[in-house]
Amino acid sequence: MSETVTTPPAYVAPAGRSLFEPHRLVLMAIFGVLVFCIIWFMRWDWLPRYSAKLVSGIGESLLMLFATSFVGFLLAVPIGLAQVAGPRLLKWLSVLFCTVIRGTPLLLQLWLLYYGLGSIFAQYPEIRQSFLWPYLRQAWPYGFLALTLSFAAYEGEVMRGAFAGVPRGELEAADSFGMSRFQTFWRIWLPRAIHRALPTLNGDTVLQLKSTPLIATITVVDVYGVISRVRQDTYLTYEPLLLLALIYLCLTGILVYVFRKLENRIPTRGV
Amino acid sequence: MNEPQQAIEVKDLHKRFGPLEVLKGISLTAKQGDVIAIIGGSGSGKSTFLRCINLLELPTAGSVTVHGETIEMKSDGQGGLMPANRKQVQRIRSRLAMVFQSFNLWQHMTVLQNVTEVPVQVLGVPKDQAIATAETILKRVGLYEKRDAYPSFLSGGQQQRAAIARALAVQPLAMLFDEPTSALDPELVGEVLSVIGDLAREKRTMLLVTHEMKFAREVSNHVVFLHNGLIEEQGPPEQIFGAPKSERLKKFISSIH
Repeated sequence: MSETVTTPPAYVAPAGRSLFEPHRLVLMAIFGVLVFCIIWFMRWDWLPRYSAKLVSGIGESLLMLFATSFVGFLLAVPIGLAQVAGPRLLKWLSVLFCTVIRGTPLLLQLWLLYYGLGSIFAQYPEIRQSFLWPYLRQAWPYGFLALTLSFAAYEGEVMRGAFAGVPRGELEAADSFGMSRFQTFWRIWLPRAIHRALPTLNGDTVLQLKSTPLIATITVVDVYGVISRVRQDTYLTYEPLLLLALIYLCLTGILVYVFRKLENRIPTRGV
Repeated sequence: MNEPQQAIEVKDLHKRFGPLEVLKGISLTAKQGDVIAIIGGSGSGKSTFLRCINLLELPTAGSVTVHGETIEMKSDGQGGLMPANRKQVQRIRSRLAMVFQSFNLWQHMTVLQNVTEVPVQVLGVPKDQAIATAETILKRVGLYEKRDAYPSFLSGGQQQRAAIARALAVQPLAMLFDEPTSALDPELVGEVLSVIGDLAREKRTMLLVTHEMKFAREVSNHVVFLHNGLIEEQGPPEQIFGAPKSERLKKFISSIH
């Protein structure tokens, strides 16, 4: 068989420029001096005292991020699917849910759940005596719920677009080869949609990370909560905040890196 | 007689899209080993007809029988038909391999995964066996080297050959080709036609909707000319292309050449 390969070569990024161009050297020098000044002239003696708290705060933040993103995404799949292929009632409910959650501030939802729902629960002896009460009287379940619902609503909308964007022909091919509805969904539609949505999911997970400090407002001690505590104790303003910025920056970098890896598992060209 | 002679038997097929009747009663029988070319102008209903055979479009009336087994249909309550037995439809579909105009390869899978997907997931073939079969088929269509490539990195011709490999992997009772070269750049048509031609010479049962008249004449043993949802004329290729009877067919053939 004659091979007439006409595939254009895959996109190759232009070679990176040298690190040692003059303007880069200057920028690096300035940055180096800045870091040196921050370390040398600012006060960091409080750091060892709070390191254990900081680590557990970072843990709390990450736990919140992963738990709410994971559960939120599990909810987002049916929410997105319902809007694309669901019966009218489900479609309507999903649209309503997404509109309400996306249309109101997360901080407001958080406070409504914690101060509103939390205080209503407290009024009912049945609830106070139930096995759930030890959890319901804490703050984190409300933080978890608010962040999860928020992620579900935003990603539900993303998944709606992703589901709708999978070419009909690919689903038709699955049909034509005798796949059941469930197989078509599980093997073709869902993985295809997730793959399409990955870049957006990446961005939204980073946003979700930076929504987590809101739970510090309802007394959950995440890394932001720890830093606030440091500021109250030490009367320092800039040092704790700079450290906080650095921590979020590193976490974001790691998230982006992991998602990039996931995206590259299935290379796509062009688009 | 163990093996039914008829691979596909379509009886009085009607298809209506709202007020528009696209197919007005088509009957067609494909014996085993038949290569039937379906030709006709655009809007003649030839693609719709093909898609009704594996129920990608639900016919409004009529019946389809594959290897002696008639697909059970029931009324959908709105003057049309729907499958009465989903499992049966899936089972029959899994052996009626379709090749699409726009390839419709699954973009999130490699070529090899595309080819093994249906045997493993639908037909229950063990994975290593499916891979071995797939590799043999990919060698045949000249894509063995590309087995780990994702479809978006292949040329149109390569993608269509991969799609043909996917169809062959289910060991189809019959193959349905829906304008397999219409979306290809002219210089890529040849490589795909040569693969389909090989399959035709192997006496695989196939229904081929095509605009490639020269090719249809070469590989088919029966040609069906559709016009306005009806079979206007049919017969062996020499007769259809050499001595067309109906005015419309004459006109159609002269407009192509």
